[in-house]
Amino acid sequence: MASAAQRRIKSISYAKYGYIFILPFFLVYFFFQLYPLINTFIVSFHGNGPGVDDFVGFANYKTLLFGGGRREAAISSSFYSSFKNTIILWFGNFIPQIALSLSLAVWFTEANLKIPGKGFFKVVMYLPNVITAASVAVLFLQLCGQSETNPGALNILLSKVGIVEQNSTSGLYDTIPFVEGVWQSRGVVMFIQTWMWFGNTMIMLMSGIQGINPSLFEAASIDGASSGQVFRKITFPLLTPIMAYTLVTSMIGGLQMFDIPYLYHKGTAKNEDIRTIAVLIYDYFHAQLDENKMGYAGAASVLLFFVTLILGCISFYITRDKDEIAKKKQRKKIAKQLKQESKQFGGFSI
Amino acid sequence: MSKMKSVYGEPKDNYSFKIRLKSTILFIWFLILTIICLLPIYILIINATRQHSEVANSISFIPGSHLVENFKSLSTNQNLKLAYNAFHGYKNSLFITVFSTFLTVFFSAMTAYGIHVYDFKIKEISYTVILLVMMVPVQVTSAGFVAFMADIGLTNTYWPLIVPAVAAPAVVYFMRSYMKSSFPLDIVEAARIDGCGEFRTFVSIAIPMMKPAIAVQAIFAFIASWNNFYTPNMILINVDMKKKTLPMMVSALQASDKVKDLGLIYLAIALSILPIILAYVLLSRFIIAGVALGGVKE
Repeated sequence: MASAAQRRIKSISYAKYGYIFILPFFLVYFFFQLYPLINTFIVSFHGNGPGVDDFVGFANYKTLLFGGGRREAAISSSFYSSFKNTIILWFGNFIPQIALSLSLAVWFTEANLKIPGKGFFKVVMYLPNVITAASVAVLFLQLCGQSETNPGALNILLSKVGIVEQNSTSGLYDTIPFVEGVWQSRGVVMFIQTWMWFGNTMIMLMSGIQGINPSLFEAASIDGASSGQVFRKITFPLLTPIMAYTLVTSMIGGLQMFDIPYLYHKGTAKNEDIRTIAVLIYDYFHAQLDENKMGYAGAASVLLFFVTLILGCISFYITRDKDEIAKKKQRKKIAKQLKQESKQFGGFSI
Repeated sequence: MSKMKSVYGEPKDNYSFKIRLKSTILFIWFLILTIICLLPIYILIINATRQHSEVANSISFIPGSHLVENFKSLSTNQNLKLAYNAFHGYKNSLFITVFSTFLTVFFSAMTAYGIHVYDFKIKEISYTVILLVMMVPVQVTSAGFVAFMADIGLTNTYWPLIVPAVAAPAVVYFMRSYMKSSFPLDIVEAARIDGCGEFRTFVSIAIPMMKPAIAVQAIFAFIASWNNFYTPNMILINVDMKKKTLPMMVSALQASDKVKDLGLIYLAIALSILPIILAYVLLSRFIIAGVALGGVKE
């Protein structure tokens, strides 16, 4: 027996509030993110510099990917070299970073080790991640900067150790070019990236390890497994999904590497050897009005978008629930078999 | 008993010795990593207190005596004044950061609440869309973003730096997961029976209940916005120095080769990162816990 009032309450639909609550998000999202994304595609089909409003079709893509005349070839080669730089810098920071983070995460979570001040170490190792990247770049530029008379902190330190030599008569230092050298500058950028991100990766992996069923570790220790065996047979296999996730997010993050490669050079002379794809795009659309390369920036962004999309799909594929999918397949198979069997009985289902 | 001890004593001692040795070696390794993490920041702070000639020719681990002079030349050095002003930097960065942090957490909580509490047609689709767009990096949309902002005349204003904070897919995702685990729908029912309006239920019941999630996300949103260099540098194309954010000023300092005083440069960089280090020291416990929850993307 529902009273009239109860029936009325049931008939009230709250659906409209749902729309009202999510409206601001989607409005702003559309206006400031989705339309700009579409606009990037539009811009990529239009010209550069003064001809920004002319429709040029796929010309920008063609120039970026295949070059053409002399000017176009220069743009194409700088596109490829920035792509190469991005990959080099990413590899150079990811490999040491994952090795360091994984080993630290394992050691931090090992229960039988008695290390004082674990909390303190964690806090200190995460610290570089919160510092303004722009300031970090300029700071390292000062520390590593060099000239004959002004060797910079790092070169002074190295000369104390005896790696960098000081000319005894003139007092000048035979410095290592940490800013201008090709591999030296790349090395410093890789170091900064590792320095900033290993704490973050370590804490993520640690929470992954803590998510592993502790009875597995107990069983292993009762069976007398060494810590190396525990790592190889339990921790590592069970950590694969979260490692894959870290790998892909780090790749996507690596494609966006901007602040440090953009600022790590002397004064106005750009360093081409650490110019990443994000810096290239930025330089293209940020140039002054008549010299801007809006079209190229758009085309490079679209290419970057597709690379990110592929990486995103891979991460989705890796982190998907394999057991769930296998079960689904099995269920389908059983259903099919049942259907066939029922067909044998003249289509009557039993 | 004593016999058993003598039988089993040896391997046990051996084992605990091994553990102790490993712990000690690891402790030393952690100390080395700590030094690597802190050394650049330490040298930065020490050099900020030293004179130009000292900084240029030697390295020191003891503070110098030139801090006051460096502070004074912060406001007297003509070349530095063209690029860097700590007071305006703090003011502008704080203004943008506070507003965008507030918008991020408030509207993300609101969106998550809308999706979690109400049943409507596009509920699941909209959540899937949010998950999908979480992956799109800023750099991809930036060319179109700048072109669009230039078309509608919003470049060189703070609007494009603050308003987009409303749409933060990663934060919505985090809030939704938090709500799933700790926000029962019965509470909304109870509030309705007591005659509480829908919006008021959200503001005065849901938000207080979500304080832990909001606090973590607010800290991360604050840090991300404070450290953001890419977007302000792209939107504020030709503004007066006094309207720039702190990271932009640091970058302007890097680009200008007229400032020669190294002690002064170090002081300027130190001032730009001190607030964030202080905040980190105070909030580190929450930050570490937040990272472990996987609340941070990037």
